[in-house]
Amino acid sequence: MATPYLEKGTLLDGFTIGDRVHKGGMAYLYAVTHPAHDLAMLMKVPVLNEGEDPAAIVSFEMEQMILPRLSGPHVPRFIAAGDFAVQPYLVYERIPGETLYKSLPELPLPAEQVAAIGAKVATALHDLHRQHVVHLDVKPSNIILRSDTGVATLIDFGLSHHGQLPDLMFEEFRLPYGTAPYMAPEQVYGIRTDPRSDLFALGALMYFFVTGVRPFGDPQSLKGLQRRVWWDPIPPRQLKADVPPWLQEIILRCLSPNPEGRHPTAAQLAFELTHPEQVTLTPRAHKIARDPWSVRIKRRFHPDSFRPSLQQARRVTSAADGAPIVAVAIDLTESEPDLIEALRTTVKRVILTVPNARLACLNVLKGNLIAIDQTLDKEGHNVHVQRLVQLKDWARALELPPDRVSYHVLEAMDAGSAILDYVSANAVDHIVLGARTSAVLRNILGSVSMEIVQKAPCTVTVVRKSRGQGGSA
Amino acid sequence: MRIALLADIHANLEALQACLADVRARGADRLVFLGDVVGYGADPVACVEIVAEACSTGALAIKGNHDEAAVGPTRFRLNETAEKALRWTEAILGDTHKAFLSGLPMMVGEEGRLYVHASAAHAESYPYVTGLDEAVESLQATKAHVTICGHVHMPALYNLAVTGKIMQHIPIAGTDIPLLSQRRWLAVMGAVGQPRDGNPAAAYGLFDAEKSALTYVRVPYDVEKAQDKIRKAGLPDSLWKRLGVGR
Repeated sequence: MATPYLEKGTLLDGFTIGDRVHKGGMAYLYAVTHPAHDLAMLMKVPVLNEGEDPAAIVSFEMEQMILPRLSGPHVPRFIAAGDFAVQPYLVYERIPGETLYKSLPELPLPAEQVAAIGAKVATALHDLHRQHVVHLDVKPSNIILRSDTGVATLIDFGLSHHGQLPDLMFEEFRLPYGTAPYMAPEQVYGIRTDPRSDLFALGALMYFFVTGVRPFGDPQSLKGLQRRVWWDPIPPRQLKADVPPWLQEIILRCLSPNPEGRHPTAAQLAFELTHPEQVTLTPRAHKIARDPWSVRIKRRFHPDSFRPSLQQARRVTSAADGAPIVAVAIDLTESEPDLIEALRTTVKRVILTVPNARLACLNVLKGNLIAIDQTLDKEGHNVHVQRLVQLKDWARALELPPDRVSYHVLEAMDAGSAILDYVSANAVDHIVLGARTSAVLRNILGSVSMEIVQKAPCTVTVVRKSRGQGGSA
Repeated sequence: MRIALLADIHANLEALQACLADVRARGADRLVFLGDVVGYGADPVACVEIVAEACSTGALAIKGNHDEAAVGPTRFRLNETAEKALRWTEAILGDTHKAFLSGLPMMVGEEGRLYVHASAAHAESYPYVTGLDEAVESLQATKAHVTICGHVHMPALYNLAVTGKIMQHIPIAGTDIPLLSQRRWLAVMGAVGQPRDGNPAAAYGLFDAEKSALTYVRVPYDVEKAQDKIRKAGLPDSLWKRLGVGR
């Protein structure tokens, strides 16, 4: 059998072996160079000794299948793989920066910093889920905040599940594999297909980072792991009083034992972490003590209590399809009531058919950002607040629950780019907006809708009022 | 080298032509027909001629149970519907067609791959690989890295780890699946001419030998036309009905 020990200076398939940078139970990592690849690279070599954990082999096989198919800024770029028959290895981009594991001595961190890290990781997870992969081992040592771009990169896909490939880990090991403090309850019960398992792990990470304490400790037995189904963690605010209620709301939602209770997608979690003012606070936001014993015991033994099951697990392939973020841009300045009504009808059709869709109502307040007093109108009303009120009034007829709708007044000089920025930053799946019907205005101001149709990285619906409704066009 | 893998054509000319057009569009260096060119469908003559023509220019064809039964008495039993269709088929096939079918090999191995219609274990009695036990039996009967078969009409992919664990995967069309070298694989192709997995689209496979990657492909075709021909040929109704639902 091949060995994970590679001598420095050895040449392997054109790669020159450099320093060993990590020696783990499952694999060794070496810095490598190659004349044809002008970037920093790592070579991962699995530990395959007789009598070693066979999971090392299988998880290496999984990574060998998954990594070459991944792309984008949130994963290391795949370079090469070596065959098992000769010398198994994987070569991939070495991400500049430290893993979050290096931050552990600094814990607890301020709430805003934890939310910012959480949002970056959630954005990375959304990109991974979009590529049909559930990571299943989200923890500080598997996340690097890139020192060049600042985005979060996920590493180590050895325990991951790919929705379209054979799941070798599942078939080989019916016992759960993962990292005890972060593992979602359904993962403890052997379910590997639900992308929301990663949101649980991220919730546990944020809890740990903001309080300095792991929400469920570090249990070493299956029984200890299963306890998280009914045993709720101490609310973060009990451990650290300055954790804001909105962050406690988000973290405890991530830690819901039933995946249905968590955010439907990583994109929606990232959205909440970057819009604290839009988080709907429930009683758990203000909790300062665990549920009483009687409630916990009931959760444990009551026959109707939640138990993870394969039947209700969601598949990663349909993750984002089931819970899109829909944005609607509403121009409140133009008095075109027909168009505003037509927009509402369209949004209703789009959003009400998808039970987990989230709606973001946008309005662009044009103006000079530097002069603060300009946000007051002639009568001295705060224009920003006035716009928010109008947006809420517009959305009232949609009758959406508060946690599925949010309102945003974007202050910018140019409506088109403000909306485009918003769409990109918040991983919006579908934007709905109205088309100006006045040809004169369109010619003077340019067409915002045209710009968005051309540039938006998502589905765009442009709404016109129907001809029968009158109007000047 | 890219190899197109076509199983269970079953005299469905429309499905075969659609698959071959798709193969040409994607590009393949080699065609392998995995048995059952005839039986059930209304175009046995045209299908045999297409396969025979391909074989004269480098394609490979394996014998299926229907190919065997269409040219004479068999050691195995077929159900009544299949039997009726085969007697109809036998009557319209010419001697050259029959000679071609009876000359087909049961199994062919090349470069770590084994092609067989049903199972590498007891190939001549055509057992169905429908579960883990049958898959293990087939995998144990050969040393090939990848065994490729048809016969079941439902796509599936089995692999056997060095630890002896067998697993089944239901492939998703259009995904290239790496067949890792340290495992052994049994790939069951869906049917070109009579899919039974609930999707009426014709099924075939593409194997990239350099990358050792297998892709299961689905191709929509003119089902109504194929159904119409079966009806007009006077074959049992169930044979055209099932094409519409892929069952």
